[in-house]
Amino acid sequence: MADFINILGAGVAYGVLLFLMAGGLSVTMGMMGFANLAHGSLSMLGGYIVVMLMNWYGWPFFGALPMAAIGAAVAGVLVERTIFKRFYWGNQLDQVLLTIGIVTMTVAGATFVWGAVPPAVHVPEFLEGRVHAGFFDIGSYRLFLIVFGGALTAAMVLGLEFTSFGAKIRAAVDNRRMTVSCGINIDRLFMLAFAIGSALAGLGGGLAIYLVGLDPSFPVKYLVYLLVVVVVGGMGSIRGTLAASLALGICDVVGKYYIPYLGAFIIYGITVAILMVRPNGLFGRGGH
Amino acid sequence: MVAVPAPGSAAATTQTARALFVRRAAWRWEEIAFWVLAAASYFIFPGHLVLITQAMITGLFVVSLDLMFGYAGIPSFGHAAFFGIGAYTAGILARDWWGDPLVGLVAGALVAGLAGAICSQIVARLHGIAMLMVTLGIGLICYEIANKWNSMTGGDDGLQGMQITPLLGRFTFDIDGKVGFIYSFIVIFILYLAARRLVNSPFGLALKGIRENVRRMPALGIGVRAQLALAFTISAALAGVAGALLAETTQYIALEVLGFDRSISVQIALVMGGMGNLIGGMIGAIAYTVLRDQLSLINPAYWDFWVGLILVVIVMTGTGGITGILRRTVDRVAARIKR
Amino acid sequence: MTADIVLETEGLNRSFGALRVTQDVSFKLPRGARFALIGPNGAGKSTFINLLTGALMPSSGRIRLHGEDITRVPSQDRVRRGLVRTFQINTLFPHLTPLEATVLAIAQRHGLCVNPFKRLSGCHAEIDEAHELLDKFTFGADGERPTHELAYGRQRLLEIVLALAAQPKVLLLDEPAAGVPQQESAEIFEALAALPDDIAVLFIEHDMDVVFRFAQRITVLVAGQILCEGTPEEIADHPQVREVYLGDGEDV
Ligand SMILES: Nc1ncnc2c1ncn2[C@@H]1O[C@H](COP(=O)(O)OP(=O)(O)OP(=O)(O)O)[C@@H](O)[C@H]1O
Ligand SMILES: [Mg+2]
Repeated sequence: MADFINILGAGVAYGVLLFLMAGGLSVTMGMMGFANLAHGSLSMLGGYIVVMLMNWYGWPFFGALPMAAIGAAVAGVLVERTIFKRFYWGNQLDQVLLTIGIVTMTVAGATFVWGAVPPAVHVPEFLEGRVHAGFFDIGSYRLFLIVFGGALTAAMVLGLEFTSFGAKIRAAVDNRRMTVSCGINIDRLFMLAFAIGSALAGLGGGLAIYLVGLDPSFPVKYLVYLLVVVVVGGMGSIRGTLAASLALGICDVVGKYYIPYLGAFIIYGITVAILMVRPNGLFGRGGH
Repeated sequence: MVAVPAPGSAAATTQTARALFVRRAAWRWEEIAFWVLAAASYFIFPGHLVLITQAMITGLFVVSLDLMFGYAGIPSFGHAAFFGIGAYTAGILARDWWGDPLVGLVAGALVAGLAGAICSQIVARLHGIAMLMVTLGIGLICYEIANKWNSMTGGDDGLQGMQITPLLGRFTFDIDGKVGFIYSFIVIFILYLAARRLVNSPFGLALKGIRENVRRMPALGIGVRAQLALAFTISAALAGVAGALLAETTQYIALEVLGFDRSISVQIALVMGGMGNLIGGMIGAIAYTVLRDQLSLINPAYWDFWVGLILVVIVMTGTGGITGILRRTVDRVAARIKR
Repeated sequence: MTADIVLETEGLNRSFGALRVTQDVSFKLPRGARFALIGPNGAGKSTFINLLTGALMPSSGRIRLHGEDITRVPSQDRVRRGLVRTFQINTLFPHLTPLEATVLAIAQRHGLCVNPFKRLSGCHAEIDEAHELLDKFTFGADGERPTHELAYGRQRLLEIVLALAAQPKVLLLDEPAAGVPQQESAEIFEALAALPDDIAVLFIEHDMDVVFRFAQRITVLVAGQILCEGTPEEIADHPQVREVYLGDGEDV
């Protein structure tokens, strides 16, 4: 039992990471109708920024994390303004090809700049141990992830729910035509949403590497996880994305612990089963 | 927009209407040129037959994806699964039971087609990104199975020990790849003809309809699920044949036949060649093989970067790949000559 | 009289979240009808069509076609039973020619669309029928050019041709002349008026001149509910209609 609770904790921590990495993707898909398969590349960038700043320039972990967010946001907006913008609401096949091309480029580019060998990843000493409380025993870093990520997630959900910016984003997800006719500058709104989504991806990447490691194939490895989260959660639904991230994180960790041979299959099995019943995801709106 | 009459005809008649469909199905010069050159390569490059054969097999694989992606507009990130299933079926058959190449080919097609038919029941119910995710998942699962089922597939070390018997009991596969080339060429050409027939059928037109506007299809009375399932199954069977051909001509299967990289590279080859016209798949496969060879000579670790860049550029400029560029260039030249 | 009703809804409801876009709509369309559905923007007219054709599922209520309950029947099967629609926003096949698109619709009717063996160039019956239909709508050489190259008015007309190619018994037209200049709009409605008598037509239209000229009866939908229903004269005189829709004030 104690075992199970601890594994559950690890699953939740993993789920939080997935949510940070996938949240922005869900919004861009729901809001801009843009399938950005290169979203994971931003997480990789965040990861490498943290590693670089810490290992090469001796920055502290908590100093490097914000830079990961900023770096990814800048890179994201740069690509959004120059390339992605032209493909909004366009042909999804083009989007898929375009962004998978970018994934290929970033994987090769990262190999070129940072090498194929996974770098050493450090976190502050106080996050390296474990925390005991009764039968509760969890890695400090995982606990930190749950708390920090949980706070961030709460901020996001509240921000979407209660700020006017959030209301605009929700409106844009619901009905683009109406948003435009309400006089909202949709171009700027998209850019901002993209920047925030990218920053979260970068931050998620920076936070993830201590647990899951980092190498240039990161965007490819996590592509399927991101897609599962977005598809199961329902595009554009933050709550759905959150629920799907946590469910996926828990299933993955629990599955790999108890039935290591079937770990990955369980996830696909569940995903496919959910999609058969609800093709638009758990929280997606039925019918278009 | 000013209404310009169709070239050469002031008004449409039943005759011009029928002629439109004859024209659509007619052999295009780039198709003829490709197949003539492919056949001629046997005599021109006798030292490179093995490589050419592999490029053509990749071509068949790309063509199988073209049916899904170029015609029906359904992307797949797991098409290597069916290529791999075909390869392992032929490989295991030849290792453990029966080494006749044609039997292996048919078995590869059947097993891959069956797998495709099963998967299609899931995929055809979904759309967009959910579809993409499921195909990606199918690819990863197949890779995992082959990787872990060591006793059957050889796992990471690849499958060895295939005993391919002579083709038709007479022609032994030689080290220069002559028999392998002729065998592959004939099989691929016949399947190309079949694929041509398919895309120029009412079913093929329905696939184009799905690509052009899937939302309109139900309003015409077409539910599209049957079409998608059939297209997926046929496409998987063709990919399976390609896999079986590769296994038989190289007599070895690397685990990478099932890899994600292969699923992506076949997409890239298709885009490079040009989608939705079949021959673009064959041309793209050749171009991709040559390009990879050249780029990895220059820079073995990072050649992927340039391939990705080419993909991005092709999508951004909307050139339609090699066949698109060829066609436009020739049309322009022809127009100039006319004037 | 009831025997002649081809399409009927009973207490149809549909909401999007908190927004109730269709409220308790009961509606009857008799054989050979030329009925209009009008109402202000956002009244739920297109949603009603989407419910009828199965593009959307109602939260409650029934739909009957030729007396049979089709509430849960998928879109494509409703089309096969003769319930066909056009779209308010062009929903066409940009890179196919009108001829190909029409052949596609006809080939479906003939059960050919899962046949990968038959040569399309040998489908003379389908091609000729498609050509004839396009000819009737004066497509000329435009029938053999890619749809995306055609003028907008032509594309609107193709919406109707594709619907007719499915041989409807009931035809639902969602603003068939939306965005078309008045001259062409009249042509579209003339063509519709000339359709055979056994096809029942329900059309949505904002231009009141057209509505009064072509509709036998008019249904007024406001905020998802049927406000009233009657002959053009009755509707024109209806005080509430004048108020909310015909704009005795600033509206429209
Ligand atoms: N898929 C949807 N999700 C959420 N709201 C929707 C959806 N479809 C329509 N609506 C809303 O339902 C209401 C009715 O829309 P509908 O398109 O049926 O109106 P309409 O009467 O056809 O208007 P118009 O004359 O502008 O065509 C509108 O407020 C619209 O925003
Ligand atoms: Mg409408």
